[in-house]
Amino acid sequence: MTRIRSMLLLAMTLSGLSGLGNVYAAEAVEGSAKFEKLDQCVEPTSVMRRNHFEFIKHQRNLTVHQGIRGSKHSLAGCVDCHARKDTEGNFVPVNAEGQFCDACHDYAAVSPDCFSCHSTVPGEK
Amino acid sequence: MSKVEQQGRREFLKGTAATAAISIAPGVMLHSLTADAAPRTEAVTDKVRWGMLIDANKCADGCTDCVSACDKENGLDLVNMPEGADESLWERQRPRWIRQVSLKDNLSGKITHLPMMCQHCEKPPCVDVCPTGASFRRADGIVMVDRHICIGCRYCMMACPYKARSFIHAEVAEKLTHTPRGKGCVESCNLCVHRLDNGQTTTACQDACQHQAIVFGDLNDPESAVSQALKKYPSVQIRADLKLNTGVRYSNI
Repeated sequence: MTRIRSMLLLAMTLSGLSGLGNVYAAEAVEGSAKFEKLDQCVEPTSVMRRNHFEFIKHQRNLTVHQGIRGSKHSLAGCVDCHARKDTEGNFVPVNAEGQFCDACHDYAAVSPDCFSCHSTVPGEK
Repeated sequence: MSKVEQQGRREFLKGTAATAAISIAPGVMLHSLTADAAPRTEAVTDKVRWGMLIDANKCADGCTDCVSACDKENGLDLVNMPEGADESLWERQRPRWIRQVSLKDNLSGKITHLPMMCQHCEKPPCVDVCPTGASFRRADGIVMVDRHICIGCRYCMMACPYKARSFIHAEVAEKLTHTPRGKGCVESCNLCVHRLDNGQTTTACQDACQHQAIVFGDLNDPESAVSQALKKYPSVQIRADLKLNTGVRYSNI
């Protein structure tokens, strides 16, 4: 029991630390992301849950090597739709604790590498 | 069996028709792309070869407009000096896609200024040496790095005769959507590839140059501004002895 409790405490401390240094001020506001106003993602939800990484891996090769940027699947598209805003109207990174990407990836203990290079908030448009 | 054959033949005919349509009017297609500026949906081809002519006579001493425009366009100004790093080391190693180079002729004392960046070689040494295939030449002549494959060995930096490549030494906090950037990868000028793929036909450095020293365009199109300028004025490739057939040419150096 104590072991589980100490592990929980450690996890909480670590996740707290990772939140440091981000620019967003406050809590993300529910309903502030584009996807929350839409019926469906670019594919049915069950398909997206199972295959989103295949889609964006395929797309990344097409974009980098062939210059195709108008495709249905794109990481920039994921971020654009799934990033929420905080109370001050600033975007909260999609991979921040409890946000769209983190929510499942944390549970599944899979750490996506995308955001060591890619932007975590929607781009200028 | 015969059904399959028929389908194959039909597909073949369809394909031939499409190719014919493209080869009839490459110039027209380019113009229409500029007009609606839609993101590219079809793969780039070697019908286009992007290139540049830089007039060193027009390039002014002390002007860094192209460098700062490049920094802003490609998010290089968002890369900060790592804490505790040596400042002179940072100045030498910070990522830069364009360098301002001054040349002095020892005989006459004449000083020439020019911007130096990736020369987008037809036979790029960086691509030759890359052990993973991350360094590659796109069909339309742009030499790029696929950061998904780059292992950060920096062999390409050693191979490049133009010192065009930079290495990202530390994690980057803020990056632009169209220019991903992370620790451990090499990068260099990509002729503002995100602009070209979204239907624009200019680069940031060209737009920023007040002296009109940079002409950018399609080297394969004899009617393009860059082809016309190359035809009209004498120009050279830097290190032409290496026979790399660079996409970036210079005049008056």
